[in-house]
Amino acid sequence: MHVGNYVGLAHGSEQRLVDALNKVAEHHGDEPDIYETCQLLMSWSRKHIEHLEPLVQKYGEDKNPEPDNLETALFHGPRQGSLALLRDLHDVWLLTQQVHLCWTVLEQAAQALRDNELERVCQQCGQETKRQTAFFLTRIKQAAPQALVAAL
Amino acid sequence: MTSETRNSINDIWGERTPHGPGQEWPVRVDERVSETPERWVRGTCVLCSNGCGLDIGVKAGKIVGVRGLATDTTNRGRLGPKGLHGWVANESPDRLTKPLIRRDGQLQEASWDEAMDLIVQKSKAIVEKQTSLGIGFYTSGQLFLEEYYTLGVLGKAGLGTPHMDGNTRLCTATAAAALKVSFGSDGQPGGYEDLDVTDCVLHVGHNIASQQTVLWMRILDRLAGPNPPKVIVIDPRRTFTAEHATVHLAPKVGTNVAVMNGLLHLIIQAGAIDAAFLEAHTTGYDDLKKTVEKYTPEYVEQLSGVPAAELLRAGEILATTRTLVSTILQGVYQSMQATAAAVQVNNVHLIRGLIGKPGSGILQMNGQPTAQNTRECGADGDLPGFRNWGNPEHIKELAKLWNVPVNKIPHWSPPTHAMQIWRYAEQGTIKLLWIQATNPAVSLPELSRIRKILQKEDLFVVVQDAYLTETARYADVVLPAAIWAEKTGTFTNVSRTVHISCKAIDPPGEARSDLDIFLDYAQRMDFRDQDGAPLIKWHDPESAFEAWKECTRGRPCDYTGLTYEKLLQGSGIPWPVNEQHPDGTQRLYTDFVFPTSADYAETYGHDLETGAAVSPEEYKANDPKGKAMIKAAEHREPHEVPDDEYPLWLTTGRQVYHFHTRTKTGRSKALHDAAPDAFVQLSAQDAGRYGIEEGDWVLVESRRGLIIERAMIGNVEPGLVFIPWHYGYWDDPSRPRAANELTITEWDPVSKQPHYKYAAVKISKYDAKAALPQPGLLGRAVDAVQQLISGEAEPTGGSKSQGPQPKTTQRVDG
Ligand code: SF4
Repeated sequence: MHVGNYVGLAHGSEQRLVDALNKVAEHHGDEPDIYETCQLLMSWSRKHIEHLEPLVQKYGEDKNPEPDNLETALFHGPRQGSLALLRDLHDVWLLTQQVHLCWTVLEQAAQALRDNELERVCQQCGQETKRQTAFFLTRIKQAAPQALVAAL
Repeated sequence: MTSETRNSINDIWGERTPHGPGQEWPVRVDERVSETPERWVRGTCVLCSNGCGLDIGVKAGKIVGVRGLATDTTNRGRLGPKGLHGWVANESPDRLTKPLIRRDGQLQEASWDEAMDLIVQKSKAIVEKQTSLGIGFYTSGQLFLEEYYTLGVLGKAGLGTPHMDGNTRLCTATAAAALKVSFGSDGQPGGYEDLDVTDCVLHVGHNIASQQTVLWMRILDRLAGPNPPKVIVIDPRRTFTAEHATVHLAPKVGTNVAVMNGLLHLIIQAGAIDAAFLEAHTTGYDDLKKTVEKYTPEYVEQLSGVPAAELLRAGEILATTRTLVSTILQGVYQSMQATAAAVQVNNVHLIRGLIGKPGSGILQMNGQPTAQNTRECGADGDLPGFRNWGNPEHIKELAKLWNVPVNKIPHWSPPTHAMQIWRYAEQGTIKLLWIQATNPAVSLPELSRIRKILQKEDLFVVVQDAYLTETARYADVVLPAAIWAEKTGTFTNVSRTVHISCKAIDPPGEARSDLDIFLDYAQRMDFRDQDGAPLIKWHDPESAFEAWKECTRGRPCDYTGLTYEKLLQGSGIPWPVNEQHPDGTQRLYTDFVFPTSADYAETYGHDLETGAAVSPEEYKANDPKGKAMIKAAEHREPHEVPDDEYPLWLTTGRQVYHFHTRTKTGRSKALHDAAPDAFVQLSAQDAGRYGIEEGDWVLVESRRGLIIERAMIGNVEPGLVFIPWHYGYWDDPSRPRAANELTITEWDPVSKQPHYKYAAVKISKYDAKAALPQPGLLGRAVDAVQQLISGEAEPTGGSKSQGPQPKTTQRVDG
């Protein structure tokens, strides 16, 4: 069974999202909405990680021994300037997509396993991940024209 | 030979004319003239969002007084202190009369041709290099509808820049946002007339007694008559309004959502919901019910400090009242979770079914007189006629109306909000910022940052105003503008009532109306439609109004049935005014159909917590099709909270006698003398703790700046200090005193309205000689302080009450 690998992937992805949100908040702290919203979104991901912990325990034993192959690093650390802000938001958006896909995949497995607890966690957390994605998409759309066209 | 019907400075609201529910509000005509007028000209007061009808008295080409319009539905003849005294500012000797251009670092007189050519040359160069994304407009809540519409068209269809917003972002953006969230479009559901019949009034973060004195007279008259309404006030300070409350809840700043959730919880628990209404006309109730479940009075007390017993009393009134009018203002709009909290007030009405019926209405108030029109006309980050930037059909309508290609109109994301415009200027991607009739160097948060932006070498600043304001001093070009009574135009108050205000006198010197300035710019820029004809086809206020009417056809704010002639007949008229409603519409949603359907709605909505836009697909998938939308929110703590270093909350607000950075009210002697200076209001407990006595100088510091104010003790909760905003430097450069030196750069995720209502501060008694701020403390303020102790303005510590003190016999409480 590979559920444990995916739970691990979800856990790791959420963790990386938290790290990325933290860095983006710090490095783009001059954008007040970015700073504050990242704090909020970070608190959601932290909560997700808490929800995942018992599941990591539960499914960990069945884990297939090649977890790292599933993971790719998207966010290498923040850059400076308005184009950089756009690029960083771009990466964070991808990270949230990665997390969201984990929830979708796990929810499928949860249904097959008749694991109601896992299914509930996937749905609840998945909803919030979607809201994270929506924020970054909105903010990226706002920032893109100015960063690409008006910045000299 | 000044003659006045009443002394409105000492007796703010005047004599009572009591009336009972359902009776017409009696007439009382207030008048104040300095000489007997030769003629009276129809006007409308522009000194707050109440929009009182008046006549302007003129003699020998000068304004000599005003008189309330007895026939007007808004005020029935009454005027407050600002209306009766503010007109004096037109005659102020420091009016701008000629354009100014900065040469060798100095603002020097220039001709209109020189000034306009320079602006046009700059504009063209920027567009060439960066597209119109390099140009931003920061307009006002003080212009007229015709001017906003012209500005909206030249910005959106001429230049094609999304960077246009106004200071209404600071005063009223949340009103629009909250109405859109709940009802799908802007526009107040009720009208002022609902106050004449209601059983209960709920004021949330709205000190109406001070901010809209005439509307408060209307309530005072109900309170003095038979069957008076109950009044619930939610405000951290004991204001004039709170003194008349049946129940006054004084929550900690930033906890409005907690309190509102508590009230919703109590209404639901009492079984007072209108289940049939909820089922037939709303969506989202179940989510609200689930969310507010945990907001018990005890939990709310923990979060907000409001005693559980008090919340229960208010909850009981709200659960049992048969009708309800709610008013909401800056205490909500400028605080944490602004939109979420304002929406919870809408929800009280929705779960009880108290909307669209006589005596039941919601007034999401505006701060400024013409704020509603920036929203309607697309000068503030909305699109003209309450159109939805996410709906391609709406953009097509505009493109057709203006005869421009669809892609000329920027609609790829919401128009840029003010705080972001300033951010782009700070980062250097906006190179020209054109500011009209507003004073960001006093009114925006974190003033040191704003000053830095205004001084940037690579930012060309145009200021269009009547006076050399704090902001105009930083401009590269200053355009002298005509103001109220010197030009004709229309505007709309909170009650959706459209008024006309006519030109009574000529503007001073070469000053020109804002409309003429915009028309001149459009012509010099040679903006054309796609057939090569001039883009802007109107030439004066009335033809602009006619053009605007076409833009509103079929939209919620339908003006098609209005004419200047009709507006001159003795009263303002509330929109929509069209074939079906030739005499206007006192109350919206009487059929309980809301403008939420996907093809009609002004917005597809936002996530209340993050501000993320809802996609058209998502909205369409759950198309509310005419149902109102109930949206719940959890309480969240403000972003800056007091700590060991900055242990007190700061909150800010307006006073009775001043308005809009005092540009006009500060130039009326009577209004100035009544409230000549800012102050810091603190509780007796805090005063004792810091050894501060009434009238002492107090140093107030936040992480962003410092100011020095006189102490005023009482009527505020311990732990909280209050400072009236909008005292700036033009009439007192002696010390740092603008409250916005202290406030934070942050905004609500949905409405983008800045958070002025909370910041962490520390205070200390300020002894001018002994307690000079340490060098490096916040160096930028020290120069001003040095000036202070060098003896110019104020003597040594210990002595008090020699400086400016409120001279009114009334308590000045904001
Ligand atoms: S209430 Fe407002 S509009 Fe009416 S007179 Fe006073 S300031 Fe003017």
